[in-house]
Amino acid sequence: MAKTLTLDGFDEAVLSVSNMHCGGCVRGIERALSETKGIAEARANLTTKRVRVRFDPSAINVPGVVGALAKAGFEAARFDGGLAAADHDQRFLLKCLGVAGFAAANIMLLMVAVWAGLIQDMDAETRSLFHWLAAAIALPAVAYAGRPFFRSAWTALKVWRVNMDVPISLAVLLATGMSVWQTWAGADEVYFDAAVSLLFFLLIGRFLDARMRGKAREAAGNLLAFAASDATVIDPQTGAHRRVATSEVSVGNRVLVASGEKVPVDGRILGRAAQLDTSLITGESIPRTYRDGETVYAGCINLGSAIELRAIAMADDSLLADIAKLMENAQQGRNRFVRLADRAAKIYAPLVHGLGALTFIGWMIAGAGVEQSLLTAIAVLIITCPCALGLAVPAVQVVASGRLLRRGVLVKSGAALERFAEVDYVVFDKTGTLTLGQPKVRNASSIPDETLRMAASLAAASRHPLSQAIVQAAEARFGSACSVAEGAEEVPGAGTKAQTPAGEIRLGSAGWCNVQSDGSQNATTVWLSQPGHEPLAFQFTDVLRPDAVAAVASLKQHGFGIVLLSGDQAGPVNAIAAELGITDARSGLSPKDKIACLEAIHAQGHRVLMVGDGLNDAPALTSAHASMSPSTGADISQNAADMVFQGQSLSVVPEALLVARSAKRRVLENFALAALYNVISVPLAIAGFVTPLLAAAAMSSSSILVTANALRLRYGAKH
Amino acid sequence: MSALVILIPIALFLGGLGLAAFLWSMNNGQYDDLEGAANRLLHDDPHNGRPDS
Repeated sequence: MAKTLTLDGFDEAVLSVSNMHCGGCVRGIERALSETKGIAEARANLTTKRVRVRFDPSAINVPGVVGALAKAGFEAARFDGGLAAADHDQRFLLKCLGVAGFAAANIMLLMVAVWAGLIQDMDAETRSLFHWLAAAIALPAVAYAGRPFFRSAWTALKVWRVNMDVPISLAVLLATGMSVWQTWAGADEVYFDAAVSLLFFLLIGRFLDARMRGKAREAAGNLLAFAASDATVIDPQTGAHRRVATSEVSVGNRVLVASGEKVPVDGRILGRAAQLDTSLITGESIPRTYRDGETVYAGCINLGSAIELRAIAMADDSLLADIAKLMENAQQGRNRFVRLADRAAKIYAPLVHGLGALTFIGWMIAGAGVEQSLLTAIAVLIITCPCALGLAVPAVQVVASGRLLRRGVLVKSGAALERFAEVDYVVFDKTGTLTLGQPKVRNASSIPDETLRMAASLAAASRHPLSQAIVQAAEARFGSACSVAEGAEEVPGAGTKAQTPAGEIRLGSAGWCNVQSDGSQNATTVWLSQPGHEPLAFQFTDVLRPDAVAAVASLKQHGFGIVLLSGDQAGPVNAIAAELGITDARSGLSPKDKIACLEAIHAQGHRVLMVGDGLNDAPALTSAHASMSPSTGADISQNAADMVFQGQSLSVVPEALLVARSAKRRVLENFALAALYNVISVPLAIAGFVTPLLAAAAMSSSSILVTANALRLRYGAKH
Repeated sequence: MSALVILIPIALFLGGLGLAAFLWSMNNGQYDDLEGAANRLLHDDPHNGRPDS
């Protein structure tokens, strides 16, 4: 669990802080917490975006700590330690890597001496001593550092399957076993160095792979921490309030959602209208007003005053949970995608083991003894070293995802890169994907200076996205920061007001400013009412991402088909499509319609990349062949997407596709290199010409060649 | 060849020292926050991150 009791009476908790971005945030968080009473120690970790807090349980509790962080402007949630196991795996691999590295270096030191000695006639006792020393280092090292491979191979063999780890384990165990036997027999040649450096190189690939997946898991784990964990239920008889876990809320319960709280379960609004931030569900930044009897969904944030809900679904049946299930189903389809490395292993393992067996039989028929036939067969297994193959994929994927990470794109798995490489059709969502999803004042030019200044000074008192847009418009016109009007105060869910000598000025919804308007507009129109003046409307619009036109043009130039799918009405959708030069734009679609469109495109034989940000896009993101989501999108979409990109630039979409394509080209080149190397060395091994020196040199050089080829991607030509 | 009696143990000892240092630093959490530590250097707040020292 996240909270544990330590010996000295202090509690320890781990909190996930979503908006920790820089060194300044680390300092702000630690300072805020160290100044809070009852907190003994706080240590922020910028890499994982988490804070470890030690506190006195009699003075403060976890919600108190979250509150202290909120006051300092940081959004925090308790982090459940369920992902600690993955972290442990990564540490284990790193330890294995350390041990294998130590053993490989020292054994190589001894073996180089032996090889040099072979030329200058090292005497037999010294050579034997060196062999025994090498054995003493290699045996524990193989037993320790080989476990990740042995375990995986055993798991596969138990269910009669073969994976890449079977030939690896076999080669390592046979090379070590045979070398011990040779050492015992006082023979000239041992393969300890080959066995251990094989482990070392493979562990590098394995660790890089785990690290890339670990990074994505960290991000996902932090997101999960933000689901509401408990709810306030109102007792129907007594009217008393009771805090319960979200899972205990049953259908029909009356639930109270305080101002600023997350809606814990799906429900219908009881009584007064409410204003909710639905960005988790829709990715839409502009809050929506819900009236009596309307259905709201778990995960929305109540921006107005406290509201009551009648629960209409258990937490497990909420829209959030449904979408999660829908995604799980789609995910299973995607899991049928077989990764390149596994496809290679399927061909490679039987081929190599067959060659080994044939070598043994061939030498037996030729009249060599059992011992020599066996030795030659083992040499074949060692020399076909799966090393280059084991590194071929992870090395390329790590370089490719590192390159994308520098551009602000988080790649969540290596398989995602492989799927991106096959994409030939790109489907965009509109709001928040092609556009920024941030409102901007549309009619700013028609608003007089003095009025805008007045409105901005009122708006500055609020953190509402529309208020911020007014403040931005004013800052853009006057070139300086806006000061808050004296006595301005915010009334949640309505607007802001301030008293002036002339009377009260109000900025906010139509109702708040006593303006008659049709109900459909009120969420995107803000009114300013001043005594003695006509109320003035501020209208808002969404702006395109700055390089959307260039990004779409670049995709077209590279031959990708482009479709715009939107839930919005035809008018704005067609306007944006025209601006971007997209000919295929479809509007008014439900999440199901979007999936149907994707399937239709798929049926024509195309592989689709879906780029979207809202919860309504999440099923489409999962069912598409590959998917991308902006980091401003709904949490659940970011979870569903293969890649998450930061910042305002949309040009990362063509870049990700092109990097994925060149990554695939590098992987195939690497396979070709590994195959070429085998074509040269395997006949030598079968013929019995492979010495330990040749085996070790070939193994290292092929690994280095493959890694160097992967690194070319890093400095690859800019697209 | 008598030099080997001294040199081999020295080589192994130094290698082992490196391995031990690596395992220690990992268990000690030196690699846990690679980005934060670089920024922490710039803070002039005396008790930043270590309120009790």
